[in-house]
Amino acid sequence: MTENTHNSSAENIISAQRIKRALANGKSERISKNTSNAIMLGVFRVAAAITTLVLIAIIAYVVINGLPHISLDFIFGWPEGVNAEGGIWPTIVSTVYVTALAMLICTPIAVLAAVYLAEYAKQGRLVNIIRYAADTLASVPSIVMGLFGYALFVEAMGLGLSMFSAAMALALLMLPIIMRTTEEAIRAVPRYIRWGAYGLGATKWQVVSRIVLPSAFGRIATGIVLGIGRAIGETAVVLYTMGQAINMPISPLDSGRPMTVHLYLLANDGINMNAAYGTALLLMAIILAFNLFARWLSRKSK
Amino acid sequence: MASENLNAAEQAEVEQPAAAESAAPRKRDLALVSRSTYMKEKALQYLFFACAFLAVVTVVLIFAFTMMQAAPVFTDIGLANFFSLTWAPTEGHYGILSLAAGTALVTVGALVLGVPLGVGTAVYLTEIASARVRALISPAVDLLAGIPSIIYGFFGMVIIRPFVAEITGGLGFGALTAWFVLAIMIVPTITTLTIDALNSIPMGIREASFAMGATKWQTIYKVVLPAAKFGIVDAVVLGMGRAIGETMAVLMVVGNAPVIPESISSPVSTLTSQIALDMSYSSGLHRTALFGMGVVLFIVSASLVGVVRLLSKMRKKG
Repeated sequence: MTENTHNSSAENIISAQRIKRALANGKSERISKNTSNAIMLGVFRVAAAITTLVLIAIIAYVVINGLPHISLDFIFGWPEGVNAEGGIWPTIVSTVYVTALAMLICTPIAVLAAVYLAEYAKQGRLVNIIRYAADTLASVPSIVMGLFGYALFVEAMGLGLSMFSAAMALALLMLPIIMRTTEEAIRAVPRYIRWGAYGLGATKWQVVSRIVLPSAFGRIATGIVLGIGRAIGETAVVLYTMGQAINMPISPLDSGRPMTVHLYLLANDGINMNAAYGTALLLMAIILAFNLFARWLSRKSK
Repeated sequence: MASENLNAAEQAEVEQPAAAESAAPRKRDLALVSRSTYMKEKALQYLFFACAFLAVVTVVLIFAFTMMQAAPVFTDIGLANFFSLTWAPTEGHYGILSLAAGTALVTVGALVLGVPLGVGTAVYLTEIASARVRALISPAVDLLAGIPSIIYGFFGMVIIRPFVAEITGGLGFGALTAWFVLAIMIVPTITTLTIDALNSIPMGIREASFAMGATKWQTIYKVVLPAAKFGIVDAVVLGMGRAIGETMAVLMVVGNAPVIPESISSPVSTLTSQIALDMSYSSGLHRTALFGMGVVLFIVSASLVGVVRLLSKMRKKG
């Protein structure tokens, strides 16, 4: 201000106006800056809130509608009528059977493949191709995997609609999941542990089997549990590899109807929606339990 | 998911060239051990390689076998018929274009709804939320990813479909319902991958932005999101792959009418849902056409993976 008083009055007015304008501009900018900030942060909050609410809505809806229909008879009973009444025990057994079989087929191969990628492989074209293949395998649409399983295992290999056909198809689905988590787990093992073992004269396999795999065990187990969760919830793959007939599987060549297919058929027919809610709740509870178990495992192994 | 693998693995490669480093001394080590140990070590190495190579064999096998089953598409049906509009297997019309249009319609809508939600949730969780809120919501997103598609389909059928029916005045089977269901399904995929992308951005550039007087939103919009753009595109492409390949949830809500959709609330059919529906009774040429659709889906999903790999290569270059 003191400077302004020394200037001529005309300049004084102009500069005053300029300052005023600048101040006004600055002010409006600051307001819009903070307002836009507040608005946009609000938008992000809403997005997160919607995502969380949808999850709560799905779980709550299935639990509220399914819980009244869960009973020991429902879980351990045999289906009656057009398979829409009574219990769902054979479908639970089929799901557990096929998942366990798939896990037994998949886990050794996936873990050893990951050992190769993490410990043995030299970077190059071949490893690139293997990674591309694993990524592709992970993103093959499940119905295409079902088609393939049907064409190869059910028809060409003559295994028929069976636990084994479905388990092979599911194992292919789980392979990239377990491979990835195992490779990450192995890479997370500090290198100096390996050096210690090499320094004592251990061979590569001794280091891998006695040092690396045991220290990575917790995280590998997490990957396996996640893969199991994925396999239990899979529908399109097993729809045309396991069959749809209610059956209590005993040998791996028996057919059956897994929970997911049972839920699909119940919901589609709409004869007994209560049984559908009950099946959905049991299925969801099993899968959420596996996922929570995986979280617990990974936290524990950290 | 696939890119998660890719990035983590490639980062790990950069950080620890363990394979290359340990490969050199290994030969010397093995020269000192007995012949039987040497043989055992070599045999195990080849076994591990065989396991890893099984992934390649499987992918080739899936393509070759599905292709083989679909061979009559080229010889008996003809590509002109296969890539035409009318799907009427009983009359000898095996055109998949209307089904492909259904897939495209359903996927685009799901992305329009799901991408803002997924990216928004990821930005909230990494940039805005307090640690306590993050610890609550992140597991929720993970769990959302774990819920099987059949449950989403069931939920869409009994909850979203009546809701849509009330608004549009139809039965509620159609693309609109599928949009909501698929959007819910791809949000966890997009969110977790975007979170990875955002977390990999160094804290320093955010701090520099704040130091210049930028607000949080300005930092997110001008600094964080541009820096993470490859990762986010990556997430969207994988979400797209998930939407294109989704079968059961779509099957339960789209209404399954293999026609060019008239409106977003009229029944349509997608490639995946038509395969799942027709496999139970089809035979002869009809069945080969289904395998042909499987080949198309396989090629689309493999190309999307290729795009993701290309993107992450570009991201590494900067």
